[in-house]
Amino acid sequence: MNILCDLFLTFAKIGLFTFGGGYAMISMIEKNCVERKQWITHDEMMNVTVIAESTPGPIAINCATFTGYKKAGFIGALAATLGMVFPSFVIVYLISMFLDNFLELVIIANAFKGIKIAVVILILDAAITMIKKMHKKKLPIAIMACSCIVMLCINLFAWDFSSISLMLIAAIVSLAIFVLNGAPEQKGGAKK
Amino acid sequence: MIHLDLFLGFLKVGCFAFGGAYGAIPLIRDIVMSYGWLSDEMLAYMIAVSESTPGPIMVNLATYIGSSQAGFLGAVIATLAVVLPSFLIILLITALLKTALKNKYVQAILRGLKPCVIGIVLATGIYMMLENCFGTISEIKVNMQAIGITALLVASIFGYKYFAKKKLSPIGLIILSAIFGIIIF
Repeated sequence: MNILCDLFLTFAKIGLFTFGGGYAMISMIEKNCVERKQWITHDEMMNVTVIAESTPGPIAINCATFTGYKKAGFIGALAATLGMVFPSFVIVYLISMFLDNFLELVIIANAFKGIKIAVVILILDAAITMIKKMHKKKLPIAIMACSCIVMLCINLFAWDFSSISLMLIAAIVSLAIFVLNGAPEQKGGAKK
Repeated sequence: MIHLDLFLGFLKVGCFAFGGAYGAIPLIRDIVMSYGWLSDEMLAYMIAVSESTPGPIMVNLATYIGSSQAGFLGAVIATLAVVLPSFLIILLITALLKTALKNKYVQAILRGLKPCVIGIVLATGIYMMLENCFGTISEIKVNMQAIGITALLVASIFGYKYFAKKKLSPIGLIILSAIFGIIIF
């Protein structure tokens, strides 16, 4: 089979059968691209996961782009990435056309009132998981606490300030502290 | 120009979505609120649907919001815009800048960004929980049913962990919450 078709179909299959995104997908990608197709090595896969941690965007997309590029250059990257996105695009698009009608049914609307609460718990759970994995040093903890408080105020009092600006400030503060300290390891205790 | 807004909005999300899907939710919330596209309520529904359909959550949310605002074309534009930054960044890193991420200044920036994202996600979760249970500051309204369901769900999570010795899956939690919603509301 043509490698481009193969890339597209393999990633479409991964996209179609993994729920929950993120790390659930990594094991599927590992099984298909490393073990079965041997497109990339296990070490390369580990490398992409590390890179994905430090670059924005969905991890699954990062892996697809990387594998596609390794196998067939730019066109390969394009085929793999589009393959990854295609099945969920079709499914979500179809659902989006019907959800509004569904919500008019009282029983569905009530179900979604419950679901709304579950979503908040999922968001908090994601935050707690990230905190557990975080480096427990003074500077990251201070940055986290400050951003959390500022973001809460932005939401509560409807301040006109975006979360992206907040992230840029945190990046600049961290860079400034690093440069001012002039050492490869930052000394803790600095306040924002 | 709704199509241009969708493209630029989700391009921003794609550029700053560190920390996986839930890291992107506060950014997406910012954008849909500032354009007045969706209410918190509708966004929560969409997050639940994106979590329960296959594929990356961030991509699903983009497709969904694009489609709700501008039909098929909107869905295509939002989906491509959210994927484009990570696509280009990975290409750049693998093709040209193999050591860019190891640069100590890049590392210093990332050390600031990552904890900030955690703080933002935590704050968004806390705020949305307060909003569900007690309304907003301008319109305080204690919602006993929401408080009850929150307590039931948290109890279910710990109960499941205690008896089944593993974590309740997100889809399991969503199904459970739907049942509680039907019974209580």
